Amino acid sequence: MHPVLATVLQRLGLGVVTLFFVSLIIFAAIAMLPGDFGEAVLGQAALPETVEAFRKELGLDKPAWLRYINWVAAVLQGDLGTSFSGRAASGVDRSRDVVDLIAPRLWNTLFLAGITALIAVPLALFLGITTALARNSVYDRSVNAATLTTISFPEFFVAYVLIVLLASIWPVFPSLANVTPEMSFTERLYKCALPSLTLTLVIVAHMMRMTRAAIINLLASPYIEMAQLKGVSKAKVIVKHALPNAWAPIATVIAFNLAYLVVGVVVVEVVFVYPGIGQLMVDAVTSRDIPVVQACALIFAATYILLNLLADIIGIVTNPRLLHPR
Amino acid sequence: MTTDTENRGAKGDLLLEMRDIRISGFSDERWHEIIKGVDLTLRRGEVMGLIGESGAGKSTLGKAAMGYAQPGCKIMSGSIMFDGIDLVAASEADKRALWGSRIAYVAQSAAASFNPAHRLIDQTVEATVGHDISSDSEAKSDAVELYGSLQLPDPDTIGTRYPHQVSGGQLQRIMTAMAMSPRPDLIIFDEPTTALDVTTQVEVLVAMRDIVEQFNTAAIYITHDLAVVAQMADFIKVLRYGEEVEEAETRKMLAEPEQEYTKSLWSVRALEKPEDKSSEIVLSIKNVDAAYGNTVKVLHDVSIDIPRGRTVSVVGESGSGKSTTARVITGLLPPMSGSIEFNGETLPGALKDRTKDQLRRIQMIYQMADTAMNPKQTVGEIISRPLEFYHGLKGSQKHKRLVELLEMIELDESFMDRLPGELSGGQKQRICIARALAAEPDVIICDEVTSALDQIVQEGILKLLLRLQKEFGITYLFITHDIAVVTAISDEIVVMFQGEVVEQGLKSEILSPPHPDYTQLLLSSVPEMDPDWLDKLVDERN
Repeated sequence: MHPVLATVLQRLGLGVVTLFFVSLIIFAAIAMLPGDFGEAVLGQAALPETVEAFRKELGLDKPAWLRYINWVAAVLQGDLGTSFSGRAASGVDRSRDVVDLIAPRLWNTLFLAGITALIAVPLALFLGITTALARNSVYDRSVNAATLTTISFPEFFVAYVLIVLLASIWPVFPSLANVTPEMSFTERLYKCALPSLTLTLVIVAHMMRMTRAAIINLLASPYIEMAQLKGVSKAKVIVKHALPNAWAPIATVIAFNLAYLVVGVVVVEVVFVYPGIGQLMVDAVTSRDIPVVQACALIFAATYILLNLLADIIGIVTNPRLLHPR
Repeated sequence: MTTDTENRGAKGDLLLEMRDIRISGFSDERWHEIIKGVDLTLRRGEVMGLIGESGAGKSTLGKAAMGYAQPGCKIMSGSIMFDGIDLVAASEADKRALWGSRIAYVAQSAAASFNPAHRLIDQTVEATVGHDISSDSEAKSDAVELYGSLQLPDPDTIGTRYPHQVSGGQLQRIMTAMAMSPRPDLIIFDEPTTALDVTTQVEVLVAMRDIVEQFNTAAIYITHDLAVVAQMADFIKVLRYGEEVEEAETRKMLAEPEQEYTKSLWSVRALEKPEDKSSEIVLSIKNVDAAYGNTVKVLHDVSIDIPRGRTVSVVGESGSGKSTTARVITGLLPPMSGSIEFNGETLPGALKDRTKDQLRRIQMIYQMADTAMNPKQTVGEIISRPLEFYHGLKGSQKHKRLVELLEMIELDESFMDRLPGELSGGQKQRICIARALAAEPDVIICDEVTSALDQIVQEGILKLLLRLQKEFGITYLFITHDIAVVTAISDEIVVMFQGEVVEQGLKSEILSPPHPDYTQLLLSSVPEMDPDWLDKLVDERN
């Protein structure tokens, strides 16, 4: 087997193991949350017997280890369980499958993350490479200052500034991004303009600065001087000689930011009333809807692990020492 | 010699003329003059040797011949005329058009100067194709021919490899092919063999010299090794502190150097210690096998006896296991099998199992004095550490001992409060010697302690070590790849190759024939001051 393939498989295996440990942590953390669903739904005035009966119905009376095993076994079969909410004490069961709750929200989140990534990643790479080329020029300094500014403000502030500018003073985009499943693609895109612009401003700085630093770091290498002394033009030196050796750190920071787009954008979702998975999780935590919280946390963890794994693999396959062993 | 291209003049036409060059470098918040008004004239087909110690400015001057100043340096004044083109006034674009087409550069460390991400042949022809000198396929087939004439193995396929897949000596030859690919008028060789083992150096020198002759290319050959430059250059220019010391035709320079400084450049080679036999063994390594990470075995059945109060030199090329042997003795790398006997008792293999007294009796001095000292500690603090740790000295007692130690290494009390950064390379190595002495050891292991130093400074350090041995009866295990240093300091020699001991014996026995094959190869590869040495060697080996 090619050593790179072996390494990749090994990393994948490690990813699965990590996910298993994360599931333990998620379950333990939720089990330790104060209060319980029964009390949250029935109110503090409820009789202890009623609460007890309700708990029994939801399976919360069983010991923690049994609940964990049941949960993991179900997840392994693709069953994320049934939401607690909608289950009223009246006896009418209007609860829904967790999958049905999460799927549309996850799709919305991935849509927003995808659009943002399509804009932000190429933009960050372009800015990073050009600022490295024109190091210490006015252009370099202004790009650095601008990106630093946008990353320094809290994301809700950037969001409100954009709303004031682009939805209120010059009303080009809508301030609400309340997308629905029936919407056409272009309409969705139009609705998503401001949230994705906000997120772009938030993540570009990080990626752009890392690209710039990685390239500048390499510019001190003897092989860069050698390329210059071979008469290779400045732009070619960076694109052909520096960039191929800089992918590993750049991929890591890109993966980190993409993961943030999936798991960390709840504030932006709230500002624009965007129905993403972040909001769903926050709501679920408030209402002690344990199956939904667990499923969301697991999805977030898997996203992180998968994206970082991808960055690792990019680092491996762009390293000729690993790709072409002696 | 003949020329092969119509637009190239005969040998003798003026190619490069540098007048009153002044170059400054920016460091410590101000500009320092590195090159102080040097002239240089080179004609077509000529090879000039540029020699001097580190900091003499030879590399800076060599790059200036291309009109290039490395980052942090600036050509302040003077004129550089390359075949009628004014390189000082030329724009970056004009210079880029010359670089890699008419002027090529060969760097010191081939391993660092090839881009790890691209195949060798693509890098070889990059400049030639980039400057539209020939098409990609033409340039590549020419590169294969060049690989062949540089004696590279598998010239047809070696170019498809990546830099990490070939050896250092091969990389250096491929870099020469890269420089030669556009058929330049001038090649700057910047210490091209300094990072190579002597045995590899010979092959590379022959290949470079022949190809430069073949295409009648002019060259500037930069090195600190006089014996190497003697093989390569038609004439030699000696630099010191950014100024020219003297310039002469090679044979004349070697036979009758005019300046004292030039004479002193080969002083180490003149140093020779009479050997002294001893029968009392202080340290004995018996049948040691050692490996890194239990997989890569680097020492195979190594046995070495070290007589008390004498110097045993371990020689061999990189990867022969010299430094690993030192690590085993000090306990940094416990051996897989075999034993180490010290003063008649068996030493535990691992550092943590040894007593404080055992640790004290074996000390080590490293190649890079810079990295072996804490830059934030003063000289006094550095030397105090073993005094406190091993001998528990404090206060005025400690101070008295510190002054004594500084005296031993020929430095005065005023050095006590200085930081390593304020010292010269030789002074730093002296501090490291004092630190080892402070423990009052029986044995000091010296791992390439003079390799990073200039010739004159080397001589001072070697003399100091010899004097200390005479006064205190210290035993040295001296690890080096430099045969001149071996002659200067040793009583006995151990030759190592690929993790095995080839032979061990008195200096006179090892250095005089008959030799085992490897010793013969190693000894014959050491460059001599004779300009005909390389030719003779090539004749002998063929």
